[in-house]
Parts: sequence; structure tokens; C-alpha cells
Amino acid sequence: MIDPLIWRATRAIFLRELRSELRNRQALNAVALFAICSVVTVSLGLGPLMPSADVALVHAAFLWIVLLFAAFTALARVFVVEEEQRTAAALRLAAPPIAVYLGKLCFNLVLLLGLTILVTILAIVMLHIRVGASDLLIGMLLSGSLALVAGTTLVAAIIARSSSRGALFAVLSLPILIPMLVTAVRGTAMALAGVNWERGMAPIQTLLAYAVAMFVTSLFLFATVWE
Amino acid sequence: MQALELTHITLDYGRRRVLHDLSLQVTTGQVVVVTGSNGSGKSTLLRVIAGLQRPTAGAVWCIADTVRYAPLQMRHAIGWMAPDLMLYRELTGHENLRFFADVRGFTITDTAIAELLCEVGLEGRGGDLLATYSSGMTHRLRYAYALLHQPALLLLDEPSVMLDATGHDLLARVVARQRQHGMTIIATNDERERRFADVLVALEVAI
Repeated sequence: MIDPLIWRATRAIFLRELRSELRNRQALNAVALFAICSVVTVSLGLGPLMPSADVALVHAAFLWIVLLFAAFTALARVFVVEEEQRTAAALRLAAPPIAVYLGKLCFNLVLLLGLTILVTILAIVMLHIRVGASDLLIGMLLSGSLALVAGTTLVAAIIARSSSRGALFAVLSLPILIPMLVTAVRGTAMALAGVNWERGMAPIQTLLAYAVAMFVTSLFLFATVWE
Repeated sequence: MQALELTHITLDYGRRRVLHDLSLQVTTGQVVVVTGSNGSGKSTLLRVIAGLQRPTAGAVWCIADTVRYAPLQMRHAIGWMAPDLMLYRELTGHENLRFFADVRGFTITDTAIAELLCEVGLEGRGGDLLATYSSGMTHRLRYAYALLHQPALLLLDEPSVMLDATGHDLLARVVARQRQHGMTIIATNDERERRFADVLVALEVAI
């Protein structure tokens, strides 16, 4: 049972992140521009792909590459901004570490879900992607986003105090994210190809298990990293 | 929290020793003033006491009911302000204080926040974004941040820097009230602020 004070602090941190982001729109603008540019560039360069056995896999891989790099752009910011603007000490001294982690994880999840919706709709419209099983695709994107956020939020906290943050974030995150990315790409390809839920559940379960494992590990490690 | 104990604190930045074997005991009601030239480790010492920086050797203990706690375990009892402490520029002064009350887990009314802002000299400016504050006003908001939860241990680093002529009066009021229920440690070289001291700690730049 988590202390109600932790929930309260978590909620306050999440709402503060949301309020700050809506006022300065730094991450939103960067991520939205990146996502739109990627999809538009690929659609203009390649155009709609001809139907083939691999087209679903190509579309799925493209979708997750855009999400991955947009995540690299945006998800590390929650901790980097605290260090850059020197607000980290005030937060460190006031908030329980677990609330800081949960609040920022929730914010990253909301940001990534918003980005996922934007990228998916844009890609479907501009690349003429045919979705075979839309409900399975939604399940795959939700579980994949959860896994991506769980895998990157702790790394974001680790790299926040280093000098070459951008490169380090990608270097540290990638080995952690590869198993989840492979699963997400294959699962999304299955959803685009229109397999049924029975077959599509396996990657969703794998992604959720990965997210839970990363989440629990982060809960144990975060206080050491943050303090 | 009734007392603070520093035992053999040593802190190195790489090969340079900043603090060397510093021990100190502070009890409720006492005011400690830490002085020393630039680079002597005054601000570093306050950060170590707050738990924001780990010493190379030695320990800081916050003592409550005869039990010893590390500083970050007693974060609810420590108030810290320093010129390099930054609050959220995209929030108003009032929103900043509301946020820090929420993350500290206590309830505070809008009236109490307004009174605190008034006390630190920010009457009527609580609704303005911090980004629009002058450096002096930002420093006054740091006082409010440090005093918000009525800490048992108040750490003030260069408390009147950036403040106008009324800044010293604000500090005098804060120190007088803190004497009644807690401990205060001030890092300063200001002659007027030295006069608050019950205990004076003079740091020297290590060669």
C-alpha cells in the first residue's frame, strides 16, 4: 500500500510538468515537429508502398523508429530541464524520490501517448497504411508506449547530470530498448496484417511484462540515482 | 528534530580539499554563522548539511527523539535557500509555493500562502510568473520556499545578497522567529549577519 502522501506528491509533480509544458511547449513543439517532418518526408520520398508480404513489417518498423527517436528527443527532458534550470535541488529537498519518479513517468507516458496518436494517424493517412486489426493495433501501441516509457525514464534520470546528455541517452537506452522494440515492431506488423487477438496477445503480454520489470527495477534504483 | 551533528566532515573536489575534518553540534535555538572567503566551502557545507551533496568522509546526522537520521530522511524538517536555488520560472510565485506544499505533503490555504508572500515582501505579486520577477524578488521567494514548512533546521546561504535595504530586516525577523523553535545556519561574510551568531565557524581556503 503506497502512502497517500506519495500519491499526492506524484499528482502534484505530474500536474506541474503538464502545466509547465503547456506554458512553454518546449517538448511538445520539438516532438510534434520531428514527428510531422519524419512522416511527411517518408511519404514524399517513398509514397505509398506496393502491397507485398513485408509491407506491414516495413510500416511497423517505420512507425516505431519515429516513436523511438521522438522519445529520445522528448522523454529525457523531464530530468534534464530540472538540472539545466537548476530546480532539481529544490525538488530533491522537498519531494520523496518515488513521487518524483512516478510523477515524471506519468508525464512521459501522456506525452508519448499523444505523440503515438499523432504519428499513427499521420502515417496511416499519408502512407496509406492499411490496418487489418485496429483494436489490436491500439493494444500494441498502448503496451509498446508503456514499455518505451518504462525503459527510458530511469535512463533519463541517470544521464541528466552528465555533460553529453543527448548522445548518452541514446547509447544507454538502446541496449535496454532493443528487446522491446523488436517485439513492438513484430506485434504492430501482425496488427497491420490483421491477425486475430489470440495470436496478437503474445507480443502485448511480452511488452507489458517488460514494462512491469522495468518499472519495478526503476522503483528500486531511482532513489539512488536521484539523490 | 532537536539537534544537528556533523562528525569529521571532509569534502574533496577532485584533488582539491574544500572541507577538512569539520565537526559541529547545533541544538534548537542556536544560530550558527559560517564565514570564510570565496571558495572556502561555505555554500558547499550548507549543501552537505542539507543532504544535497555527499561528503568524501564524515557524516551529517539530524537527531530527533535521540534517533539519528540522514538529512534527506529529514527533508520535511530542513529549509534551505541559496542564490543558486531556482524555482519554476513558468509558474507564479503562488503556484510555486502551492506545488512545494503539495510535494511536501501538507495542506496550506491560499490565505496562508498570501501571508507568507506578504511576510517576505512579495505582497500582491504572488500571481505573477516567476520569470517576470527581478533577482531581488526571486530571492525573496526563496525565503518563502525555505520557510513554507516551518523547518526545524533553516539553512541560509548569502541570505541578504540581491536584497534591498529592507532585506536585512526580513532576515532579522526570520532569525528571531527561528530561534524560538529551531536551528539556523547562515553562510555569509556580511558583518551585520555575523551578529546573529551564537556559534561562529570560520572556514579557510585549503591550500
